[in-house]
Amino acid sequence: MDAFREDFRMTQILVTANPISAVSDMLSHPFMRYAFISGTGIAVPAGLLSYFIVLRRQVFTGDALGHAAFTGALAALAIGADLRLGLFAITVAGGLLLGVLGNKARADDVVIGSFFAWMLGLGVLFLSIFTTSHSAGNGAGGVRVLFGSIFGLDLVQAQVSVAIGAGITIALLAMARPLLFATIDEAVAEARRIPVRLLGYTFLVLVGLGTGQATQAVGALLILGLLATPGGIAQRLTTRPFVGLLLSCLVAVGSLWVGLTLSYALPSWPPSFSILAVASSAYVVVLVSSNAMRILASRGESDMLLDPVA
Amino acid sequence: MDPHLTWNLYRDVTQLFDYPFMVNAYRAGTIVAVTAAIIGWFMVLRRQTFAGHTFALVSFPGAAGAILIGVSATYGFFAFSICAALVIAASSRSSRGGYIEESAVIGTVQALGLAFGFLFVSLSHRNVSGAQALLFGSLVGITNDQVIQLLAGGLIVLAIVGFIWRPLLFASVDPDVAAARGVPVQVLAVVFLLVLAVAAAEASQVTGSLLVFALLVLPPATAELLVERPGLSLLTAVAIALLVTWLGLAMSYYNDYPIGFHITSLAFGAYLLAQGWRRLPRWTPFARTSV
Repeated sequence: MDAFREDFRMTQILVTANPISAVSDMLSHPFMRYAFISGTGIAVPAGLLSYFIVLRRQVFTGDALGHAAFTGALAALAIGADLRLGLFAITVAGGLLLGVLGNKARADDVVIGSFFAWMLGLGVLFLSIFTTSHSAGNGAGGVRVLFGSIFGLDLVQAQVSVAIGAGITIALLAMARPLLFATIDEAVAEARRIPVRLLGYTFLVLVGLGTGQATQAVGALLILGLLATPGGIAQRLTTRPFVGLLLSCLVAVGSLWVGLTLSYALPSWPPSFSILAVASSAYVVVLVSSNAMRILASRGESDMLLDPVA
Repeated sequence: MDPHLTWNLYRDVTQLFDYPFMVNAYRAGTIVAVTAAIIGWFMVLRRQTFAGHTFALVSFPGAAGAILIGVSATYGFFAFSICAALVIAASSRSSRGGYIEESAVIGTVQALGLAFGFLFVSLSHRNVSGAQALLFGSLVGITNDQVIQLLAGGLIVLAIVGFIWRPLLFASVDPDVAAARGVPVQVLAVVFLLVLAVAAAEASQVTGSLLVFALLVLPPATAELLVERPGLSLLTAVAIALLVTWLGLAMSYYNDYPIGFHITSLAFGAYLLAQGWRRLPRWTPFARTSV
């Protein structure tokens, strides 16, 4: 990865004012191509999941699963197994456990908090085992898990990430309608014999898979940004669910692409930071402008009320 | 140093205090346990665990940013935690979507805060594993000055809570009735978020955010399951927090595993026991008499 960094610091100088040649220049590096491919494979499902997570009020669950991913990856590193195995095992198991603990597969705030305070404790244990048994790679593995390294992926990892991303996307789209119904009006959905509980569990498993997959790129701590922000933006901009889903997906993919490009242009910015900075700035713009429009609209209404002639 | 357990319980305990670093660890642990349990009790009552977790993590960008521009870490964590508290307070006040939007905003604040922390660490070209120290720090290696700083921060926070606890309790249990009786519910909500933010960030700067969060949520959640009367429940939370911290420190002194692991495991064990006790069938000897 350091070699890559050096490599593209050199090419920095070659970036010209011509945007097309600049983009093709950027994509001429294999590591940038892999980052874009695997990043898109992560951002599409993350954006879709995000819309439902925000609508179902399960952002904190996403947070907990991100931290569980950290523990799982470190456990795998500590016993010398494949990192990905630990990631997926623990995020899926954690998702199911939080479903069991909660009422109708939606866990309570305090239950989630208690569960993952302990998860983090376990993570520290595995971290200490890992760093004492592998003194050479001291701490680097832990940092990679915490903050991700999307510029360090190879072709196989990019392919796997696209395959998993496509799987999550298809599964989620297939259950989108009943899940939406079960989310918005649980009682009526239940009366219409929609398997609310099963949908809740399946959704949590998908969130677990999405978290585990995204951990490699943006890291266990920062995945929360991709799971909370796009959905929040979509909720503000539209009340129509399928438009919202599409919007949330576009925001996630857009922030990822812009973020990666920014980090390419400014090598001192870690890609995880750029991606989240872009997404959060978009959220701030949306929040501020929609608040401002609401204030203007209500002022207009009150003017009309005060002045009946108008 | 060669600590080992003997059958002499008295010797085991005195051996704990042979080294000054353990004495300071006990002092700091006690202060953090009491403060976190009291603030956390209100946090659990108000169901603001997610916000509490975010504040515990916000000390990381604060400290990393302060190191980067070369000022005292205290300014960094104050700036970041107060900003985070104000943003979250503003979102929960103005949002028409209520909790839906509030949680999306909290998630964004947390992720962005951590991302800034990562940026600051990589900009300052420090050893990145320093990030882990900030996140998971430990009670070992705390200086006398830090103990005094923790004590001062804890006393200020507890004084504010002592001043507002009655209206805060009322507003937390039944916000609508409290608002109707003229209690300034919104102001109290903002003040409580600020207190929570400053307390969490200040303590996690010294002991790591993991430990602070565990002590904020687990002892009060356990106490909530065990006792229903508010005052007694608060005292139970403090007692559990102290017990768990002291035992955890002693355990990690006698084996090599991290303090954070011991304290969170003990606290989670207590929480699971309380959950189990609550679910005991009526006819068993120790079952609860009322629901």
